[in-house]
Amino acid sequence: MTDPEHGHQHGHAHPHAPIGQESPPGYYEIMETAFRELLVERGMIGPDEIRRQIEVLDSRTPALGAKVVARAWVDAEFRRRLLADGRAACEELGISFYDDTRLIVLENTATVHNLIVCTLCSCYPRPVLGLPPDWYKLKAYRARAVVEPRVVLAEFGTVIPDDVEIRVSDSTAMVRYLVLPRRPDGTEGMDEESLASLVTRDAMIGVVPVAAPAGRMVQ
Amino acid sequence: MNRQAEPAGTALLPGIVMALGEEPVFRPGDLVRILARSPIGHYRVPAYLRGKTGTVEAVIEPAAIDNEQEAYGRNAGAKRHYYRVAVAMTEVWPDYAGPEKDGLRIEIYETWLERT
Repeated sequence: MTDPEHGHQHGHAHPHAPIGQESPPGYYEIMETAFRELLVERGMIGPDEIRRQIEVLDSRTPALGAKVVARAWVDAEFRRRLLADGRAACEELGISFYDDTRLIVLENTATVHNLIVCTLCSCYPRPVLGLPPDWYKLKAYRARAVVEPRVVLAEFGTVIPDDVEIRVSDSTAMVRYLVLPRRPDGTEGMDEESLASLVTRDAMIGVVPVAAPAGRMVQ
Repeated sequence: MNRQAEPAGTALLPGIVMALGEEPVFRPGDLVRILARSPIGHYRVPAYLRGKTGTVEAVIEPAAIDNEQEAYGRNAGAKRHYYRVAVAMTEVWPDYAGPEKDGLRIEIYETWLERT
């Protein structure tokens, strides 16, 4: 379709400014470019390796984590293996780990609620969830998640009763964390695939619970 | 009593001597203090936890490359034991507003822990 507002064709109608570099690159952007070009120039890495790693990350989305969670909900033996060694259990489902990180899966229960954060940077279970959301990398989340987790959770709409313990796992070096949320009530008859469709990225970070399916009565 | 004589869950044959650093120094349940050192360089121990005390919850297996050395290209390949350490929120923040049972969990390399 043709957009009369600014006369170009790219499949949607809303007007916007051309997408491009609008400000001069910042300090770290220049450093990254220089570093990357030096590595390529010295033959340490090639452009194909960079492109390939982008493809690896693009192939990882929260749908993988949701599959892991749904399997754990329906298969007690798998759940046990997942909690004992998160990485091995994910590999069992065909999700590869392309780095040396370990995965600890944290189970939410009636008495414990888990939340994950990386106060130092943006460590995140990328092999099973893909890239982290922008807010996860913001200093405000990183600092406040360990100082006032209950207030942060309430801002996500998650109010944790005082008799439930909050455990904040700060991911700093080798270990990545995935929250195994509680299976919502009213899902007893659902199959694994439908269950997986309920599980969101934010639930696996621990900022929200998994909501019961829309249109079903929760008992 | 030598608590380091046998790694948890493994029985060694009599006469087997393990190398220095081969087995973890700490066990689940040990009370530890996270060291309050401030070396120059790349150290993945958040400053807000240095000097705080906690409990070893688990030895994370297998031992992992010491990324503090690796960051400088020194001694790359050397592995160190590291632990999942539980620290109470009230230990980290004396004026913590939530319930006392709320806690923090973090992985800490052996080189950053001492017994309390």
